[in-house]
Amino acid sequence: MSGVGQEVKLSELYQEVILDHNRNPRNFKKMENASAVAHGVNPLCGDHFDIYILKGVDGKIEKVSFEGDGCAISKASASMMTQAAEGKSAKEAGTLIGHFVSLLTGEAEAPLHREGVGKLKFFEGVRNFPIRVKCATLAWRALEEALKGKEQPISTE
Amino acid sequence: MKTLDVQKIRCDFPVLGKPMNGRTLVYLDNAASTQKPLSVIERMNRFYSSEYANIHRGVYTLSQEATRFVEEAREKCRVFLNAENTSEIIFVRGATEAINLVASSYGKYVREGDEILVSEMEHHSNIVPWQRLCLEKNARLRVIPVNDRGELDMAAFQNKLLGPRTRLVAITHVSNALGTLNPVAEIARLAHKVGAVVLVDGAQSSPHRMIDVRALNCDFFCFSGHKIYGPTGIGALYGKIKHLESMDPYQSGGDMIESVAFEKTTYAKPPTKFEAGTPAIAEIIGLGEAIDYLNGIGLEAIAHHEHHLLEVATELLSEVKGLTIIGQAAQKASLVSFVLDGIHPHDVGTVLNEEGIAVRAGHHCAQPTMKRFGVPATTRASFAFYNTESEIDVLVDGIRAVRKIFK
Repeated sequence: MSGVGQEVKLSELYQEVILDHNRNPRNFKKMENASAVAHGVNPLCGDHFDIYILKGVDGKIEKVSFEGDGCAISKASASMMTQAAEGKSAKEAGTLIGHFVSLLTGEAEAPLHREGVGKLKFFEGVRNFPIRVKCATLAWRALEEALKGKEQPISTE
Repeated sequence: MKTLDVQKIRCDFPVLGKPMNGRTLVYLDNAASTQKPLSVIERMNRFYSSEYANIHRGVYTLSQEATRFVEEAREKCRVFLNAENTSEIIFVRGATEAINLVASSYGKYVREGDEILVSEMEHHSNIVPWQRLCLEKNARLRVIPVNDRGELDMAAFQNKLLGPRTRLVAITHVSNALGTLNPVAEIARLAHKVGAVVLVDGAQSSPHRMIDVRALNCDFFCFSGHKIYGPTGIGALYGKIKHLESMDPYQSGGDMIESVAFEKTTYAKPPTKFEAGTPAIAEIIGLGEAIDYLNGIGLEAIAHHEHHLLEVATELLSEVKGLTIIGQAAQKASLVSFVLDGIHPHDVGTVLNEEGIAVRAGHHCAQPTMKRFGVPATTRASFAFYNTESEIDVLVDGIRAVRKIFK
């Protein structure tokens, strides 16, 4: 039988919200009229996503979409990111990226970052699986590059 | 042929049966690397504790003894591969370095317009060195296709690819991603007819079956020590002496010379010519010990037990709903690569890890193979002689647990 600790750990990783976004990823399509696109790849496992952003006349992010291949964690994270980034200025999106990455990798400031990411707090369970942190942050690193307007492939290694 | 006393054998491996994530470790990643028996660990420990010295140097007893241990290990490798002469056995860091050595040192015979053949099921280490050589020489890298079962398309190899331009065929004996056992003796026979040489990557075959390089009649064969229950950082390259004699050195420095003067340096004879610098002495001795251990169990008995595990695993995994086995060749080594409908292999691997099960999840350093089968990655369970049927049951239960989470 499974140790109770393991079951709790796993259910904290694979939260229902995450499983739902993995099954039905939102904004999972190529964007023809994108203002910027960035490619994120994890060479260790081969996961890869293209992140598309469309900026409005006011400079705010009007739409984010993505396509590619990845595990449940990386796909759900990309999916929820597309929703969270919508309507934000580049600066606000940058702050959100910072909170999200720190939530998974930072040590002391978790509560602050938990506040800062809203629904994305469901990814906090990934902290217990260090090898999967790069899965959760893959799309976010690519978004960061897309916001800078760079089109070089980014790598999580 | 004797049957294996698996429970007794497991006692030789200190890590087996250890707790892992609240369970008992089920180690099914043997194609990536194998666990080490106590005899290997203790042999290296003894060498470092009381027998250590550099080799080929001293007139003192300790160095002479260390040299003797290394040359005894070379002889064990020769017998392990059934090579004709120990001068055909070169110590390298592993199969990867062996392939790079051949690409570099045999590469001088590859000219513009020549063709090098690899297969669609190669590990990156048997693709990239050839790709780089082709770029440098303006030669052409051509690919032997693989059918839906994961077997080589021998008709395409013979009729469409092999020809007067073929200089070298680099082929894996057993695929690390699919398990396929390739007909390398036949490949060598056909390649030799057109004057090409053949390198066999034996990293995945050497742990599982008797190797006879003279029967295969390949020109080069390589394997890694850590995949045959020996230490990391050591492996061997077999090369026919006629090639080794005419090839240039790989690295240069100490040990590989006959005499050095600022005007001219002459090189030592094989294998020394290819072994510049102080080698991984303890690892070489550990590798020799690992070969003794394998011979003690018997490769025939190992192959028999592992084939049984393959049959059991194939049958039980085939019954799991939504599971597809990638690689269903008629001749396979004891590994099963699979995908689960709608569930990414990394998620499978994470859940299995929580059950104490170690499997490989990913592209297995074989991205072109993954592309051929239209999957980004697979989960791979690979078996050794110390694995048991009940461990396969634990794996199958673990996969059911995965399906429950991702229902």
